[in-house]
Amino acid sequence: MLDSVLAGIAATLRRLGGGTVAAIGWLGYATRFGVAVVLETPAAFARLSLTLREIYFAGVLSLVIILVSGLFVGMVLALQGYDVLQRYGAAESLGVLVALSLVRELGPVVAGLLFASRAGSAITAEIGLMKATEQLSAMEMMAVDPLARVVAPRFWGGVVSMPLLAALFSTLGVFGAYLVGVKLIGIDPGAFWGNMQAGVDFRYDIVNGVIKSVVFGIAVSMIAVFEGYDARPTAEGVSTATTRTVVESSLAILGLDFVLTVFMFRGGA
Amino acid sequence: MSELAAPGSALAPARADHAVELDDVTFGYDQRPVLTGITMRIPRGGVVAIMGGSGCGKTTILRLIGGQLRPQSGRVLVGGESVPDLDRDALYAMRRKLGMLFQFGALFTDMSVYENIAFTLREHTNLPEELIRDLVLMKLHAVGLRGAARLMPAELSGGMARRVALARAIALDPMLVLYDEPFAGLDPISLGVVGQLIRRMSEALGITSLVVTHDVYESLKIVDYLYFVSDGKIIAEGTPADVRASGDAFVRQFVDGEPDGPVPFHYPAPPYQSELFARA
Repeated sequence: MLDSVLAGIAATLRRLGGGTVAAIGWLGYATRFGVAVVLETPAAFARLSLTLREIYFAGVLSLVIILVSGLFVGMVLALQGYDVLQRYGAAESLGVLVALSLVRELGPVVAGLLFASRAGSAITAEIGLMKATEQLSAMEMMAVDPLARVVAPRFWGGVVSMPLLAALFSTLGVFGAYLVGVKLIGIDPGAFWGNMQAGVDFRYDIVNGVIKSVVFGIAVSMIAVFEGYDARPTAEGVSTATTRTVVESSLAILGLDFVLTVFMFRGGA
Repeated sequence: MSELAAPGSALAPARADHAVELDDVTFGYDQRPVLTGITMRIPRGGVVAIMGGSGCGKTTILRLIGGQLRPQSGRVLVGGESVPDLDRDALYAMRRKLGMLFQFGALFTDMSVYENIAFTLREHTNLPEELIRDLVLMKLHAVGLRGAARLMPAELSGGMARRVALARAIALDPMLVLYDEPFAGLDPISLGVVGQLIRRMSEALGITSLVVTHDVYESLKIVDYLYFVSDGKIIAEGTPADVRASGDAFVRQFVDGEPDGPVPFHYPAPPYQSELFARA
């Protein structure tokens, strides 16, 4: 009886130890991969056309979903914000409410989530399929480093695209709020824009929002290229890697957003 | 009737000018051995085949030669250089003298046929674009696909893709080309074309060719020497004439395509009867 209990405990400890060692090994591998990609930065920018091409694929081709989403998020924010603000006679503050919500939080976060779903998954699938069809191996055998030729340009394409997409998301959001607040509901345009101009601080609000979107861009792009490069070279492996990119990126964005918000916004401009 | 040579015998004797040499190479993943005691020598300019069933370790040998894997023990020499001892720069320098044709071509799907072949030339040379264009067209002409230069890989048949991959593999005029299952999935015409191209490239350009395949019929027509691999070991080797005349049970099963023999038809399993009536 005692022997079987001890054996069970030993087996559990072995599994736990094995799992921990495997997790640390994976973390080490992922870190080494990340460092290697960053070290290939000069290669990515030496072949500027490759990085520009990736900015086109990750950024320009994501424009439709980002712009349309930004417009609707801004319109909904205006409707919801007006509903609350008018109870306290502060409907003229709608502009500043929408602008702060967008540049501080919704712009970087929602644009990041959309970017992870649209561009992150595409990057993972593309690199994963290149691996599954031996294109990466072929490149290695041609004495061309896939990290420099394939991975680094895609990583930097994502990093550059993400803040621009977040800025466009916020801009269209503000425009959507203007359409609903001023054109539909009838708030005075002077109050709408004036309060917004007075209430939004460039350094405190906009720069912090941009920093968030840069951090999210780095996180999503790194997760996307890593999952693609690490994908099992099968149809199922690529599918799993793509799903992991979206899930991990989304969780990373939400977790990082909380951490960054704690450090950036502590209740005073 | 001439018999096949025993593994490691003097049919392909050690010479200083061998393009590739493997000496007592062992490789495995974790505790699972894949190759054990592999010794082979590939003479310069020769066409040599490595044959064996699926999963016997043939492709692993190519990856060891290309430096994508490191042996657990033994020596792997390419052009006299020990591949596992090369640092990254030296390994890449060695790979520039080497071409590889992958099983399904591994063409870059986002590039046209032309761009696929120009890829290595652009990466490794500073040649002007006009000269690259001429070289690409020459390579494509050699494989009969000059007219397909502007097509995308998705528009090619399996045989055409393999020929484009061959043109890409020889773009830098390598001293050694590794072929991983070049005949797999091809129709008889494409198969004959690819086989003859391998032979012609070797003769015309002096390229050493190492062909990993399980296509006996086509291989016997084009190679100078064959190694048979089973369960990660070389179990026989010899010239095509030796193979045709061989009485070795494994070689006969392989050459004649017998379903059962030294390589069993059934995957290891408990006795049939006991499993069928296990519930009784």
